[in-house]
Amino acid sequence: MALIDKHAILERSPTLLLTFSLTVVTIGGIVEIAPLFWLENTIEKVEGMRPYSPLELAGRDIYIREGCYVCHSQMIRPMRDEVERYGHYSLAAESMYDHPFQWGSKRTGPDLARVGGRYSDDWHLVHLIDPQSVVPESIMPSYAFLMDASLDGERIGDLMATHRIVGVPYSDDQIENARLDFKLQADPDEDWDPMVERYPGAVVGNFDGQPGITEMDALIAYLQMMGTLVDFSTFVPDDSR
Amino acid sequence: MDEPRVDELTGRPTMGHEFDGIEELNTPMPRWWLWTFYLTIIWGVGYTIAYPAWPMVSSATAGLLGYSTRAEVSADIADHNLSNAALVEQLNAVDLAAFDPQSDLHRYAVARGASVFRAQCSQCHGSGAAGAVGYPNLLDNDWLWGGDLENVAHSVRHGIRNETDTDARYSEMPAFGDILEPEEIEALVKFVPTLAEADWDSAGGVLFADNCAACHGDLGLGDRSQGAPNLADAIWLYGGDSESLTQTIAKARFGVMPAWGQRLSEEDVRAVSTYVHSLGGGE
Repeated sequence: MALIDKHAILERSPTLLLTFSLTVVTIGGIVEIAPLFWLENTIEKVEGMRPYSPLELAGRDIYIREGCYVCHSQMIRPMRDEVERYGHYSLAAESMYDHPFQWGSKRTGPDLARVGGRYSDDWHLVHLIDPQSVVPESIMPSYAFLMDASLDGERIGDLMATHRIVGVPYSDDQIENARLDFKLQADPDEDWDPMVERYPGAVVGNFDGQPGITEMDALIAYLQMMGTLVDFSTFVPDDSR
Repeated sequence: MDEPRVDELTGRPTMGHEFDGIEELNTPMPRWWLWTFYLTIIWGVGYTIAYPAWPMVSSATAGLLGYSTRAEVSADIADHNLSNAALVEQLNAVDLAAFDPQSDLHRYAVARGASVFRAQCSQCHGSGAAGAVGYPNLLDNDWLWGGDLENVAHSVRHGIRNETDTDARYSEMPAFGDILEPEEIEALVKFVPTLAEADWDSAGGVLFADNCAACHGDLGLGDRSQGAPNLADAIWLYGGDSESLTQTIAKARFGVMPAWGQRLSEEDVRAVSTYVHSLGGGE
């Protein structure tokens, strides 16, 4: 019992106690976190995933700024009731370009991981302006003010370059055309093909129905692509993962 | 270190330190607690052997029980599908035009459709299917594109004015703000709510016949082949007050519904159509 008796040494010295506690917590942390960087089921690549388009990225920032994650999760759990309601369960790869991810665990509102394309652009607009006009039982607040906040996309290239530093594979071409793509996505009258070529599956539209780009446009562009990139009619999940 | 003093009152040894005359008794943990603690450690080790746990080179140890979250959910769904398989097969084979509302299969379709409706449709059409401004009430018998079961199913499967399904129902009202003068629009706004007892010689009546009748019909009774609403009844999709009507005529409306055939299974499309059809207005 000699080792156990030595315990008293740690208990009597705050510095030693702190050092050893930290060591133990570090080992626990490494064991839990480090494998996520090499285990197949967290790093598996899935076809269809691409970095966010400039407008979507701006919309995502608004999503985070407004604290949407406080009430909405973005992860469909692998359980039948979730899959029946929201669609295929979320894959780790689907948030590979999220910095930070928006999985969340609080669902005052529904999960949004696959909300893209589920409603019309108009529905999102009306719903964000006055949620109760379409869902009377909703307790979501109004976000009508997003209509009045215009965006010029001046810093969007910088934002993408910053995301590139943390590992999002934006190409030089994408960063160079960031501001152009930002505007193209919100203007269906322009020739937006090159934008969609750079960001397959991006939804184009003047979402708020008024001239210019507002935070509303960006947020709806983001909402309308969420969870739509992976084609689950061809993707076969590996059960062992 | 001296042997700790034994407290006379309790018979327990003390910890050997003393502050202002206050000493601490050395009372060990209760046995039952200690053993429970050791058991949880043993249980923990056993658990990591039975279930996926230890991270290895490319994946974690699979565990002796072979548990997998993904396998469990697909087995769960497969189980559920299997128990419904016979009914689903019948539902997918039934001729919607001749679906007997008294049959057990119809009851099944309505029950299944009700849950699909609550999860997928209620956000626009309301949890009671009474609709909202811009989203039709599905309880009444006023149908834009036809209210028999086949037509309802077509609307559900392909949607309306969406860009993802080439078979989506499509029509587009022109924005008359670009075509007519403001005073002409004003005349139409005054005329349209009076369609039931119309004065066809009024300014609005003439304008209606020239501009609107082609789609909405000579009497404004609508045309289901192009989703043009009946304007002579008291049901308004976007509101019947003059402000809403002005907006509708000047800027036009373009209601979009997603193609649910791309998201739901065939049986779910049929079930939810049957449910909507059974709500009261089905033809």
